[in-house]
Amino acid sequence: MKNRDAKRLTLILLFAPFALWIVLLILLPHIGMGVLSLREKVAPRVYEFGFDNYLDFFREPIYWHILSRTAGISIVVTFLALIIGFPVSYYIAKIAGPRSKGALFMFCLIPLWVSDLIRAFGWILLLRETGAISGILQWTGLVSQPVEFLYNDAAVIVGLVYTVMLFMIVPLTSTLEGMDDAMVEAGYNLGGNGFTVLRRIIIPYAMPGIVSGCIIVFMMTAGSYLTPVLLGGKYSSWFTQTIYDQFITRYNWESGAAFGFLLLIFTSLVVWIGLKLSGQSLSTTVARS
Amino acid sequence: MNDTASADNDLECSGVCKNFGSVQAVKDISFEIPSGTFFSILGPSGCGKTTLMRMIAGFEDPDAGDILIKGRSVLKVRPNRRNVKMVFQHLALFPMMDVFDNIAYGLRCIGTDRDEVKRKVQDVLDRVALPDVGSREIHQLSGGQKQRIAIARCMVLDPDVLLLDEPLGALDLKLREAMKIELKLLQHQFDTTFVYITHDQSEALVMSDRVAVMNSGSFEQIGNPQELYHRPKTAFVAGFVGDANRWSGKVDQSDGGELVIETEAGMAVQCRAGANASISAGQKVEVFVRPEFIKLNRSAPTTSKASSLTGTVDNLLFNGANSRALVRLGSGDLVEVDVTLTGGTEDVAPGEIVGLTWSPENAVCFAQVSG
Repeated sequence: MKNRDAKRLTLILLFAPFALWIVLLILLPHIGMGVLSLREKVAPRVYEFGFDNYLDFFREPIYWHILSRTAGISIVVTFLALIIGFPVSYYIAKIAGPRSKGALFMFCLIPLWVSDLIRAFGWILLLRETGAISGILQWTGLVSQPVEFLYNDAAVIVGLVYTVMLFMIVPLTSTLEGMDDAMVEAGYNLGGNGFTVLRRIIIPYAMPGIVSGCIIVFMMTAGSYLTPVLLGGKYSSWFTQTIYDQFITRYNWESGAAFGFLLLIFTSLVVWIGLKLSGQSLSTTVARS
Repeated sequence: MNDTASADNDLECSGVCKNFGSVQAVKDISFEIPSGTFFSILGPSGCGKTTLMRMIAGFEDPDAGDILIKGRSVLKVRPNRRNVKMVFQHLALFPMMDVFDNIAYGLRCIGTDRDEVKRKVQDVLDRVALPDVGSREIHQLSGGQKQRIAIARCMVLDPDVLLLDEPLGALDLKLREAMKIELKLLQHQFDTTFVYITHDQSEALVMSDRVAVMNSGSFEQIGNPQELYHRPKTAFVAGFVGDANRWSGKVDQSDGGELVIETEAGMAVQCRAGANASISAGQKVEVFVRPEFIKLNRSAPTTSKASSLTGTVDNLLFNGANSRALVRLGSGDLVEVDVTLTGGTEDVAPGEIVGLTWSPENAVCFAQVSG
């Protein structure tokens, strides 16, 4: 009897930090935000229950436009991260020797030692009018005057891809490492060419890793704030910026809360569609890697 | 090796060599396999047999020599264009496809149309006696079924040669015994050349028409199982294929075909020299005698022609029909002898003094390799 009590106590103690984290930092703030977002301001300091804050979003096309733009660029970033990350992961998992494997993984990890902010400033140093790339182009005579590479969508995409790359490489590498080399050889042996083997064997095998990498990267990108603001400028029109504006600039917390929920719902929807299209589920992808 | 002779051979290797750095994995191997043969390559792990197979499949390029399939050199042919299919050690079935798609994969690669794919897959499933598993997932199959699907996946493409890389290694003993017979029957049914790689001598002996014994990169002997077992050409073959008592000693007398050897412990053994070996008096040799050729006499031996020795039964190793007695001779040597243990009171018992005889025909000796 005593033994069982001790076991139960251990379980409770182990579970407590997790429960506290879920309740205090995830559940409570979201309930608070939910309640906040459903308050309609009818007069100064007078609030009523209603969906007006959400309806605002649909009434004003600019919000809808910013959200779809955010989602669109996030999808592009996710796709680019996948295209660049897949060969890198394949090389680390299957081609590199056991010693260089660790070193290569380390190289992917090193940028994470520097904060987001510093990394974004690094890009600014490279891309701004008086920056390195503009300077080199002028020096080689390809352009006659300084070129501004910052404050456009391309700069935002480049910066975001760089920021999230590791989160694509890690799940992909771990999935590909589990693949038996003989499977690829069998693919060739049975008559497949390189493309067939990639399409019919390697990619289907790596699908759980691909999907989990894409979910993580998409969520991180759509929810990022610093990189789009620094590299895209004030008018980069990222949805998180709109939320920030509502909370801080306009001091309209009700509307900001509603927008926050809309971002959550919208990105979840995109992830859900992605899972349906790839025929995967959360338990076979994110939960596994 | 002219072209007319090689046309009947499904697979032919001539002077194939492969080095990994300073290690010679395969040293100048030549052989030919006539159509429809079950050919085994038998050797201990690390002898280079897998490298040889990978060269035939095209995953490694030989440093020297030529590989011919149906009389044509395939050195310049990429793995996916060679009509040599391979059953991998761990089968390498594709877990993300069901059985049907696994088998259909190869057909789709060569652009077979849909109805034809369906017909051929069903046909091959019938032939491996698994007609209803097409829609199953790979993880739902048993070990033996996976084995047959892996073979079906290759056979559906009608290969010139099927390579099998120790595919029975992962199975438990009972299933392995059953699969041995089944593989032999499948080979007979498909009438395709099988090249089977194994380190298990019983697999090689039971299934094969011809066996090549491989040791440290080269073939020691090629022959049918009976030849290898009864007429080994080298000491390695005599020791590796089947069980044998092995003594090292010195030649005492050499007269014509028969020799008398004195072992290190001082026992005198009559034997014959192994094939194409010339052995002279005073030379260091190794003698091999198989346990089943030694006769155990419970009364004192009388024949003078045969080798005969006296010893005490030290231990009995009961293993059903393959039971053995360990007999310690006066000289201190231990001899393994096959005995029949019926479980009755007549059986040999430890401590009994027995005589051992065998005909010199069945004792083979080879010159000892120095080192």
